[in-house]
Amino acid sequence: MPNMRADKNPMPEQAPDVRNKNFLEVTTGYTEEMARDEADRCLNCKNKPCMNGCPVSVKIPEFISFIKTGDFEGAYQKIKETNALPAVCGRVCPQETQCESKCVRGIKNDPVGIGRLERFVADWHMANVEEKIEKPKPNGKKVAVVGSGPSGLTAAGDLAKRGYSVTVYEAFHTAGGVLMYGIPEFRLPKDIVQKEIANLKAMGVDIQTNVIIGKTIMVDELLDDMGYDAVYIGSGAGLPSFMGIEGESLNGVYSANEFLTRINLMKGYKFPEYDTPVYVGKNVAVLGGGNVAMDAARSAKRLGAENVYIVYRRGKQELPARAEEVEHAEQEGIVFKLLQNPTRFIGDENGWVKQMEVIHMELGEPDASGRRRPVPVEGSEEILDIDTVVVSIGQTPNPLIRKTTKGLETNRHGCIVADEATGKTSREHVYAGGDVVTGAATVILAMGAGKAAAEAIDKELSE
Amino acid sequence: MAYKIVRKEVLNPQIFLMEVEAPLVARKAEPGQFIILRIDEYGERVPFTVADFDREKGTVTIIVQIVGKTTRDLAQVEEGEYLLDFAGPLGMPTPLEGIKKVAVIGGGLGTAIAYPQAKKLHNLGADVTVITGFRDKSLIILEDELKAVSDKLIITTDDGSNGVKGFVTERLQELIDAGEKFDEVIAIGPLIMMKNVCKVTEPYGIKTTVSMNPVMIDGTGMCGGCRIIVGGETKFACVDGPDFDGHKIDWDSAMKRGRMFREYEQRSCDEGHCRIGRSNNNA
Repeated sequence: MPNMRADKNPMPEQAPDVRNKNFLEVTTGYTEEMARDEADRCLNCKNKPCMNGCPVSVKIPEFISFIKTGDFEGAYQKIKETNALPAVCGRVCPQETQCESKCVRGIKNDPVGIGRLERFVADWHMANVEEKIEKPKPNGKKVAVVGSGPSGLTAAGDLAKRGYSVTVYEAFHTAGGVLMYGIPEFRLPKDIVQKEIANLKAMGVDIQTNVIIGKTIMVDELLDDMGYDAVYIGSGAGLPSFMGIEGESLNGVYSANEFLTRINLMKGYKFPEYDTPVYVGKNVAVLGGGNVAMDAARSAKRLGAENVYIVYRRGKQELPARAEEVEHAEQEGIVFKLLQNPTRFIGDENGWVKQMEVIHMELGEPDASGRRRPVPVEGSEEILDIDTVVVSIGQTPNPLIRKTTKGLETNRHGCIVADEATGKTSREHVYAGGDVVTGAATVILAMGAGKAAAEAIDKELSE
Repeated sequence: MAYKIVRKEVLNPQIFLMEVEAPLVARKAEPGQFIILRIDEYGERVPFTVADFDREKGTVTIIVQIVGKTTRDLAQVEEGEYLLDFAGPLGMPTPLEGIKKVAVIGGGLGTAIAYPQAKKLHNLGADVTVITGFRDKSLIILEDELKAVSDKLIITTDDGSNGVKGFVTERLQELIDAGEKFDEVIAIGPLIMMKNVCKVTEPYGIKTTVSMNPVMIDGTGMCGGCRIIVGGETKFACVDGPDFDGHKIDWDSAMKRGRMFREYEQRSCDEGHCRIGRSNNNA
C-alpha cells in the first residue's frame, strides 16, 4: 500500500541563521528511512506523467520502485540510463515546474519529492559504491565538444559510451562550466561536479582546459585540420547583460558572472588564502529575480553583508527563480524589493557606488512572455543607500564562436540557430545545444540538448 | 598539463621576462593580444600582454613588472619550472597594416608591449619612431631590441640620468613641433601617460591607439570586470580591445576602476598564501 501522507518528507537542512554564515551545503539530504518513506508515496502510475516533465526522461517510477525495496544502487543505475549527472540534477533542477508538476499526488497534496529522491540515490551511490568504469570499445571516430558545462558533459558522456573518441575544450582552467563558476558551493558542492567529471575522464573523455574555441583554435580547424568528424557547441550563455543606466561603471558594481566567478571558481570566499579578492559592502543590491540573482544575494550575505536586497521589477509570482531558492533566500534574511527598477547609480568622489535610485513599478497588461508587463509609477523614485551592486538580469551567448565560424547561422539575440530535436546547425557536422541556442535556461534543459545532439551525431556518423 | 618556463631573464630590478612553452597560444598570437595565467591552485587569473612569440619553438614571451601579489610570486618561479595555467591568445590584435609613419610610445613596462608592435610595423615597412620613458637609467629595458626595429629611437628618463631628461610626451611634442607628420601614434604604458599622450596628439588630430589593461577574470567577455567607457559606450577591454581610440576613452572612470581592489592587493601581499621558498612543481 502506498504511503498516503499528504506532505513530502521535509528536507533536512542547516538552520537559516547558521548557514547564512558559511558556504557548506544548505540541505543535507534524506536518510535511508526518509527516502524509503518518501518513495512509498509514489503511486507507480501506469502512464508515468512525471516522466513527461523530465527533459532527459528519467525513468522516475522505476527508480523509485527500487528505493522502496532498499535497492539504492539499482535505483542509481536506473537513473543513470538516461541522466548523466543525477547528483547535480537532484540539487539544481526546477522540479516544481518539471517532473513534480506532473505528479498525480500533487493534484490534491504535495507531489512526491522526486528531486530529493534522485539526490539521495546519487549521494548514496557516491558514498557506498566504488565506481567501476569500463572504457567502451573505440569506434574510430572523433568528436570535439566545445564547453564543459552540463550540455557539453552530457554530450561527451553519451558519445564516449558509444565508442567515440571525445575531446572537450574548456576556456577556463577548470572543467564544469556554470556548475563550477556559477552555482555556489552551498547549493552544489564542487566535489560532486569534479567527481562526475572524473568519471567521464575514466571513460576516456579527454578534457583540454585553457583552450578558447574561437581564439586558440577555430571551429573550422577542428573539422578541417584536426580530424574531428563532428563538433558539438555547448558554450553556454556567458556574456553578461548590463542595465545600461548611469553609473554602471562605478566601483562596487559587478555583473553576477564576475561576482559569482570570483567567489566560486576562484574561491574568493577563502581570500586571502586564495589570491582572488571579492569586495562586498554593507548594503548589497542584487538586480534580477532568477536563480543567479538568488545565488548572488545568498553569497553576499554569507560574505558578511548586513543588508542584502533582491531588486526585481515584477512581483513575487513572477520571480523566475526556483521556489526553493526564493524560500531559502527569504529564510536567510534576504529582503525582496519587488516591483522596483533601478534607474541610476550614484557614486562618491573616488568612483565608488554609494546610492541607487529606483522607481516603483506596477503590473500592466501581459507582455509577449505572458507575464504582466511592469510599468513605472510616475514620481515614485526613491534613493537607497547601497555600496555593492550585482547586476543579474541575464546572459547572452559569447560572440567568439559566431564571429569566427563562417556560415554558422545565429538569431538576433546572438544564439546559434539549431534544430531542437537534433541540435543540427546551418553548418555541416556542427551541432549546438544548451544556453548557446536557447539563451540562459536551466542545467537540465542544456543536458537534454546535449543528449539529443549526441544521438543525432551518432546517427549521422554511423551512416 | 602545465606550461614550462624555458627562459627567464631579469631586465631590471623590477622587471623580468619569461618565455613560456605554450604551443597553441604561440600558433595564433599577434601583437596587441594578451594571455591569462595562473601560477598555481591558489592563484589569481592575471592578464599579461604578449611581448613576443615564436611559432616554431611554440613559445610565448611575457614581460612582468613586480607590482602586487601575483607578480611578486611570479618572480619566484624559475626557469625550468611550470605555470599551472596559460590561456590565449585573447583580445583583438592591433591593426597595424597600412600605417606608413608611426610613433610607438612606451612608458616603463609598456615598452615591453610596445616592442612587438614596433617590430611588426618595421617588418611591414613602416617608418617607425620609438619613444620610451623610464624613471631613471637603471630601469631602461629592451634598448638593443628596439634599436633593431626602429628608424629613430628616443629614450628619455624622468631624472635625466641617461642624458635625456623629461617625459615621453615632451619628446613627442618636440617631434611634432619639428614638423614630423605621424599618421598614427601608438601609446602603451601607465594610464596617466597614455592620457597625456592623447592630450598631445588631439589638437593635431593624430589617430592615437592606446592599450588598456584593466582587472579581468576570464578574458573572454564573461565577467565584464574590464569594462571601459569609450565614446560614451561601455566596452569590454578583453574582447573589444585591449586597444582603443585614446581620444574617446573616459580616463577618469578608467583610473578610478583601476583602484577598485587596491586594498585587497595589499592584504593579499601581507596575509596571502605564501609561495616563497616553494618550488613550482606543477608538472
